[in-house]
Amino acid sequence: METAAVAEIRNYTMNFGPQHPAAHGVLRLVLELDGEVVERADPHIGLLHRATEKLAEHKTFLQSVPYMDRLDYMSMTMNEHAYCMAVEKLLGIEPPIRAKYIRVMFDEITRLLNHLLWLGTHGLDVGAMTIFLYCFREREDLMDVYEAVTGARMHAAYYRPGGVYRDLPDCMPQFKAEAGHKDLDYLNANRQGSVLDFIEDFTKRFPALVDEYETLLTDNRIWKQRTVGIGVVTPERAKQLGFTGPMLRGSGFAWDLRKMQPYAAYEHMDFEIPVGKNGDCYDRYLVRVEEMRQSNRIIAQCVDWLKKNPGPVIIENHKIAPPGREAMKSNMEELIHHFKLFTEGMHVPEGEAYAAVEHAKGEFGVYIVSDGANKPYRLKLRAPGFPHLAAMDEMARGHMIADVVAIIGTMDIVFGDIDR
Amino acid sequence: MPLTPEALYERLQESLDDKIVAGKVALGEVTLEVKAEDWHGVCTQLRDESGLAFDTLIDLSGVDYSAYKDGTREGGRFAVVAHLQSVAKNHRVRVRAFCDDDELPLVASVVDVWAVANWYEREAFDLYGIVFDGHPDLRRILTDYGFIGHPFRKDFPLSGNVEMRYDPELKRVLYQPVSIDPREVTPRILREDNYGDSGRG
Repeated sequence: METAAVAEIRNYTMNFGPQHPAAHGVLRLVLELDGEVVERADPHIGLLHRATEKLAEHKTFLQSVPYMDRLDYMSMTMNEHAYCMAVEKLLGIEPPIRAKYIRVMFDEITRLLNHLLWLGTHGLDVGAMTIFLYCFREREDLMDVYEAVTGARMHAAYYRPGGVYRDLPDCMPQFKAEAGHKDLDYLNANRQGSVLDFIEDFTKRFPALVDEYETLLTDNRIWKQRTVGIGVVTPERAKQLGFTGPMLRGSGFAWDLRKMQPYAAYEHMDFEIPVGKNGDCYDRYLVRVEEMRQSNRIIAQCVDWLKKNPGPVIIENHKIAPPGREAMKSNMEELIHHFKLFTEGMHVPEGEAYAAVEHAKGEFGVYIVSDGANKPYRLKLRAPGFPHLAAMDEMARGHMIADVVAIIGTMDIVFGDIDR
Repeated sequence: MPLTPEALYERLQESLDDKIVAGKVALGEVTLEVKAEDWHGVCTQLRDESGLAFDTLIDLSGVDYSAYKDGTREGGRFAVVAHLQSVAKNHRVRVRAFCDDDELPLVASVVDVWAVANWYEREAFDLYGIVFDGHPDLRRILTDYGFIGHPFRKDFPLSGNVEMRYDPELKRVLYQPVSIDPREVTPRILREDNYGDSGRG
């Protein structure tokens, strides 16, 4: 009889993912369970490892820009921003002020895209279906902006060392008559003006939409039962574990690179940093929702400025930025510049630089070592999700299996940037 | 107000004194170079000294300097580079240590100083083969189970050594030598200093 009793209380090791819808990509998690309680969580990563850093060593500085989009594929332009800032630092150049404002606006649009996706999928993981549909509705508008400006709905490749690829277009693409579009005038009502007009209209609509999300979740009993007190990280541990961004702010630090170490045009922006108190999943949810409201404020300020201040969006130095088509066709010098820039690429002076942006998920940093060649000698990407996922074991220990899903959700995991 | 990089560098020189092998302030960033044997001590001091208070390890990476400037550089091959940040004081520093032995690059683990170093050190071990002495769990992290070699070393080919395919007859996955030839579209070019005044607008 005694041996049977011992056999009944053995621990189980369970495999979670890598093909699991709640694993947010390709996370393989090996869970050691005592009943339904997690004793140890061991994330196995690298299933999406594409060696971006090694590839970049074999590409010119310009050719690496689109690779940055594919890191954290939910916050595309922010990755490009950090990369371009690092190259600009080494080159000793500053982009024109209008380019800085465009970058800030796109960073914040991207932050909204990221947070909306995060909110939708986190809700879905925990069992809330409607929020997912609501969030994706707004993502659609923002991706239309992406498409109108950069030509791509997601992988923009819009930023360049020295500025952005082109200025904002004067018109917003409209819906055309086809099956399924019943009321064209209604659909195109806010698409009559420029892209900036469309974004302005969006910023006016958006706060009410955030209220709508909050009515679904903030006071929802089930949502709170699933998130309050789950995955608590104390302020001291948050620093030890290398948390940044909403994960650090959720634990009570008013730390935001946009305020603490301002880059681009953030010093001219008026916005607040939301801070959590308890460091649990619910606080991090509140922080991110408030961040959406603040991002919306920043976008509105950028739109206002951009409407009033036309100007160049990329520097005039043709060793770094290509000359205009017209100049190229009428001028031998510019033709040579164009040819050299797109074959050999720019030469970046010897040295090393680290540039970081306040990414939607935390601090995204790019460390470049250059030996003066036309390619980086070493490129290291500091992905915010990497240390967050590393804390999985500590955060999940002692929780139930169902809470593991909530914790994965709250970390805002995207495997593009963890595996790189 | 955070310290200016120059003031921070002076402050660091005062505290660390003879442990700094080389250091500079460039592009608004402070870089320190220390000996591999001092690595752990310096990191602990950077974290604990109240005026410095580097409470967060932002990034830790390996660098292989063997092909730097087309291999003309003198000195050790592997370096460990850490980027530290102080949330309390709002300043940053970069610390680098070259490993003494190129065959078995070894440096002390700083997991006990910053818990976040755990995965970063696993990554540097995986990609560069740098061994972190005292690491509690030094497994590979990004590469495949059973991977051979350290892929980010400069002598590791970009296209790798093995490729994987499914064999329908054996009904299992096979590893075989790569069938693609390495190809470089744009060659790597090092020009003389100030070539065409590039880079300075």
